[in-house]
Amino acid sequence: MKPRSFSVSVEMATASSVFRSGEAIPLQNIPLLSIAEFRTAILSAMSSTCSLAALFGMPAENRRIRLIAVAADSATSSLSILSTEIDQSYPCLTLECPQAHWFEREIAEQWQLQPEGHPWLKPIRFHAPYGSSGDLPPPPIPGVTDFFAMHGREIHEVAVGPVHAGIIEPGHFRFQCHGEDVFHLEISLGYQHRGVERVLVGGPGKRTIHLMETLCGDTSIGHSTAYCEAIEALSLTAVSSRAQVLRGIALELERLANHTGDLGALAGDVGYLPSAAYCGRIRGDFLNLTAALCGSRFGRGLIRPGGVGFDLDKPLISNLQQRLEAALKDVEDAVALLWGSSSVQARFEHTGSISRQTCEALGLVGLAARACGVERDVRQDFPSGIFRFAQIPISKWDSGDVFGRAWVRWMEIQRSGEFLREQFASMPEGPMLSQTGPLLPNHLVVSLVEGWRGEICHVAITNAAGSFAHYKVVDPSFHNWMGLAIAMRDQQISDFPLCNKSFNLSYCGHDL
Amino acid sequence: MPSLFLTRFRQGKRTLPFLKTEAVLPERFRGLPTLDQSRCPSGCTECMDACPTDAINGEGGLQIDLGRCLFCPECSNACPEGAIRFTSQYQLATSNRNDLVLTEGEALRLAARLADQTHRILGRSLKLRQVSAGGCNGCEADVNVLNTVVYDLDRFGIQFVASPRHADGLLITGAITQNMRLALEKTYSAIPEPNIVIAVGACAISGGPFRDHPEVHNGAEGIVPIDLYIPGCPPHPLTILDGLLRLIGKIEKPK
Repeated sequence: MKPRSFSVSVEMATASSVFRSGEAIPLQNIPLLSIAEFRTAILSAMSSTCSLAALFGMPAENRRIRLIAVAADSATSSLSILSTEIDQSYPCLTLECPQAHWFEREIAEQWQLQPEGHPWLKPIRFHAPYGSSGDLPPPPIPGVTDFFAMHGREIHEVAVGPVHAGIIEPGHFRFQCHGEDVFHLEISLGYQHRGVERVLVGGPGKRTIHLMETLCGDTSIGHSTAYCEAIEALSLTAVSSRAQVLRGIALELERLANHTGDLGALAGDVGYLPSAAYCGRIRGDFLNLTAALCGSRFGRGLIRPGGVGFDLDKPLISNLQQRLEAALKDVEDAVALLWGSSSVQARFEHTGSISRQTCEALGLVGLAARACGVERDVRQDFPSGIFRFAQIPISKWDSGDVFGRAWVRWMEIQRSGEFLREQFASMPEGPMLSQTGPLLPNHLVVSLVEGWRGEICHVAITNAAGSFAHYKVVDPSFHNWMGLAIAMRDQQISDFPLCNKSFNLSYCGHDL
Repeated sequence: MPSLFLTRFRQGKRTLPFLKTEAVLPERFRGLPTLDQSRCPSGCTECMDACPTDAINGEGGLQIDLGRCLFCPECSNACPEGAIRFTSQYQLATSNRNDLVLTEGEALRLAARLADQTHRILGRSLKLRQVSAGGCNGCEADVNVLNTVVYDLDRFGIQFVASPRHADGLLITGAITQNMRLALEKTYSAIPEPNIVIAVGACAISGGPFRDHPEVHNGAEGIVPIDLYIPGCPPHPLTILDGLLRLIGKIEKPK
């Protein structure tokens, strides 16, 4: 990691197009650089206050692949976009910019490009490469790859998954252990890969919003909001303040439910059953508030292009206010037990630690980054909707361990609760839904939303007919899975469930 | 330590008395749809055009396939006449795939109890292995909820176990991705007989929103034999619990 400097470099400002989250820009304004310029611009941006929000390939003319990078500068709330075209290979970015590591593996898997010198080039989703040519190799067998291995008389390997012992999603984990100690964990995903991004091309269609709601079921509101903001930017649709407030309410209810459930699950993983039992129930109380709003505990049907699908009337608002207060009181009571129990604290502290330096190098996002002391929150850095007017302070802690990730959740529960109180008390008037028109042709929009796990990034690119030429989804888990692997180094293998739960990453959001 | 007892006192007892009183669902909850074809203007296809999973069929009478239905508001919003409305009936599970196809005027044929011999073996103690195979984790979340104090699944003799060798049955969620198919088949073959299979959610029944993607198998049908279908996207925890209890004969009379 290079030292942080606080000015965007000259190369960056001239070589890229600077714009904001939720702003549609014409494709012709996106600079097409040589690969050398592209690399220099990205590397210099990453040494400043920028992070890599997205890096992906899409088909260009003459069977070339256009690489598009979105660098997000939190200091100026601006996004820079740059692009280049590649034939077959290019010198990889990962060696100098580790946060490109997973993106470059994705690019290599999807488009058969070779990022030369990539130190860890293996499939991430185990699907056949994209493209229509007849000479495509057969799809790889999931979980069969060249895993990192250690050798020695006392070294053993533990393989877990894809089917796990609980009611959880599939993934494969390989631990290299010496006794109880984990030297290295490699995570192999792709079992939930259901080909969502590919079917979005040519859309939007009648199924698109439902695919957005099911990219990652526990983040239905986060992803559908990112999608709708992209559509509204591309169709120049203004969303009423009331609809923006309702979206903000739904997003924070989603955060409350998941954070509460996670704190309960963390308690369960250290055998502290009172908080586990209470939080498991209170999580449902928050989900039921979302269900009162739109009929679905996960917010299905609520977020729609142009606004929201359901409105609130006065009696329902006061009903929600009462239930919110009761649930917030209960969660405070249940979570306070955790902080008062020395046995819980002893298990949380110094377990699964990540340094701030590692966190920034890997480009971790969301609560996992904030638990390492990194001030990074889309609601502050790239605010959209109601968050432009109602600011939620960034919750951070600097220990980088399980405790940090638990404590940041607890701070966010309180602050989301406060936000909801304010919003329910002063709902602006206005229509719930505005009509969206056709999409601007040959435009690109980046839309960022702070889901409960962290930064959600959607990039939509339209063709000459105003349909999606490409649609890229970056779930926060995409950035953070490597963080879990690093957090497990030098830990006891028995602490894996605890470390895993402290991140609680999404398999389906990653696998798409 | 005193605070632990005080908290216990304040949090109270919150387990639903499921078999004694009717559950209260939110007013906007979308459960069993009702159809009224007499309201359909001739030639109108608004609901079919709006349905994201083509669950609605108009030929030979209005029909909804609950196995495909995402219980989203699109059809009822699209219908200017109110010919399709969602009710708050959460009991939706069936024993046969065809029973999920809802026709006007016909009551939904809810799931029947297991056959006598299987019921004798599994009815009072049912251990399930869950396999998640290509959904959105929504169904998993609401299956997991059954283990909270609110639903307290254990009291009905149903438990989720860590190994298929310990299980009497398989509970499947997800559209069955190509990448999970082998793992699913292996898990199923590791479960001793007699065993049962439960498909939870639109994905496991029909592929759900991912239907016809080349990466998925459009649900578990044709891979393993299914004994219980629990529709929804995701189904409400009460819907799942109701289905499980019907299967083991704890709720005898169909509603």
